[in-house]
Amino acid sequence: MALKLPIFMDNHSTTPVDPRVLEEMIPYFTTKFGNAASRSHSFGWEAEEAVEIGRERIARVIGAKDSKEIVLTSGATESDNLALKGVAEFYKDKGNHIITTVTEHKAILDTCKRLEKEGFEVTYLGVDKVGRVDPDDVKKAITDKTILVSVMLANNEIGTVQPLEEIGKITRERGVLLHSDAVQGIGKVEFDVQKMNVDLASLTAHKIYGPKGVGALYVRRSKPRVRLVAQMDGGGHERGMRSGTLAVPLIVGFGKACDIMVHEGKQESATLIALRERLRARIFNQLDEVYVNGSMEHRLPGNMNISFNFVEGEGLLMAIKDVAVSSGSACTSSSLEPSYVLRALGVGDELAHSSIRFGLGRFNTEEEVDYVADLVVGKVKRLREMSPLWEMHNEGIDLKSVAWVAH
Amino acid sequence: MAYSTKVIEHYENPKNVGTLDKADPSVGTGLVGAPACGDVMRLQIKVNDAGIIEDAKFKTFGCGSAIASSSLATEWIKGKTVDEAEAIKNSQIVEELNLPPVKIHCSVLAEDAIKSAIADYRKKQSDRRATK
Repeated sequence: MALKLPIFMDNHSTTPVDPRVLEEMIPYFTTKFGNAASRSHSFGWEAEEAVEIGRERIARVIGAKDSKEIVLTSGATESDNLALKGVAEFYKDKGNHIITTVTEHKAILDTCKRLEKEGFEVTYLGVDKVGRVDPDDVKKAITDKTILVSVMLANNEIGTVQPLEEIGKITRERGVLLHSDAVQGIGKVEFDVQKMNVDLASLTAHKIYGPKGVGALYVRRSKPRVRLVAQMDGGGHERGMRSGTLAVPLIVGFGKACDIMVHEGKQESATLIALRERLRARIFNQLDEVYVNGSMEHRLPGNMNISFNFVEGEGLLMAIKDVAVSSGSACTSSSLEPSYVLRALGVGDELAHSSIRFGLGRFNTEEEVDYVADLVVGKVKRLREMSPLWEMHNEGIDLKSVAWVAH
Repeated sequence: MAYSTKVIEHYENPKNVGTLDKADPSVGTGLVGAPACGDVMRLQIKVNDAGIIEDAKFKTFGCGSAIASSSLATEWIKGKTVDEAEAIKNSQIVEELNLPPVKIHCSVLAEDAIKSAIADYRKKQSDRRATK
């Protein structure tokens, strides 16, 4: 098959809707357009039935026992907000302490910042050099004021998978709730809310080849029964936890996307690991001074995050403009700060500036991987020829010994 | 972020990439920025006896706008006297390349690189006079 440009290799940011997902969604826009809350006619019943099938499929992909535990939302940011703020508000008489990690998504970190302003105390646990949190650190951080621990399933930048099962044992034993932002890992790495003792989990459809604009919060209903205060007031939908008319076609699509993951996720992960290793080998065989960020052992199948020393990330992105990837470089962020995730690993700001995240997905091919690897290698070589740092490195100058004039 | 045509032009066909002999007394070298900040520019000038910059070279670690700013800077200073080159302002670079606000620091760095190369050249010249 001929290679088609541009190539999308940024599947952690979003994914295309699988045609099988779209196909199931379409009737719910046009002919089956009812409001799932309409109890008095067939249009409503039909929509409600579709929503319930979607809910069951979502429950199944995370090992939830009861589809009633799935609260539908607009996406993972809303789910994260609802989980943290909802639990904090409900349990504030029990305690005011929350534990999370420094490499969480901004939807968690910024929500925690907000809660801190409202009087809650938040402990941000550090990670090791591959981005993993030590379960022992969680154990040590728990106090009698702790109400919630929030640790992501897998990181969106470096793909590191967290030891949730070990953490779940600790939180369960101590009677503290465990929330996980699981968006990146659903269907891709093992995630089972029963086995891992996860009490709340944030999910979204668009990272698993479903539509944008729909997500869910898993809220455990028994052992323990988790309570939370709704953050959106209105018609009392979703058992009073999230008011608002349900986006029926999106929910149908979300359900189908989960169903595909249940049946094909394992095989797909094996394929993605092979593709990722092909990419890594092809780059590493042709270049020196390249480093993998994150864990090789505990890693999302489609993730490869590489620092190309002596080349700046945004400069490299510009050179490979027919390939959609992302960088931890400051220049690609509005804050002009390099990736806080890479900084948390202690890789050094210069390597953070030189990082590229490749996010492989369902529709990438071997041909694409080979093309991208060779393109990147060529451009890195060209940019290194233009880099004063590369020249200094080749002259044997230790860049750390140079008195840089920061600006 | 979309780049201006001029930034893309300089990025894809940078002018004056290279290295001059930094031991040469007629060469001034400026190295500004820091790897930890994501941009480092090295700009070098070779000044003839008439005080004219007859050659300029650069190498830059940085984003497209940083590379374009340094490429443009070398183009502009070639053929100018040292004093004329010193008068170049970062705002002129911003204007020429249509740099957005978040990229203004790239032009500042280019201005600093010119000034730093000139300072190095002048220091070499005065050291030379002192030893004569």
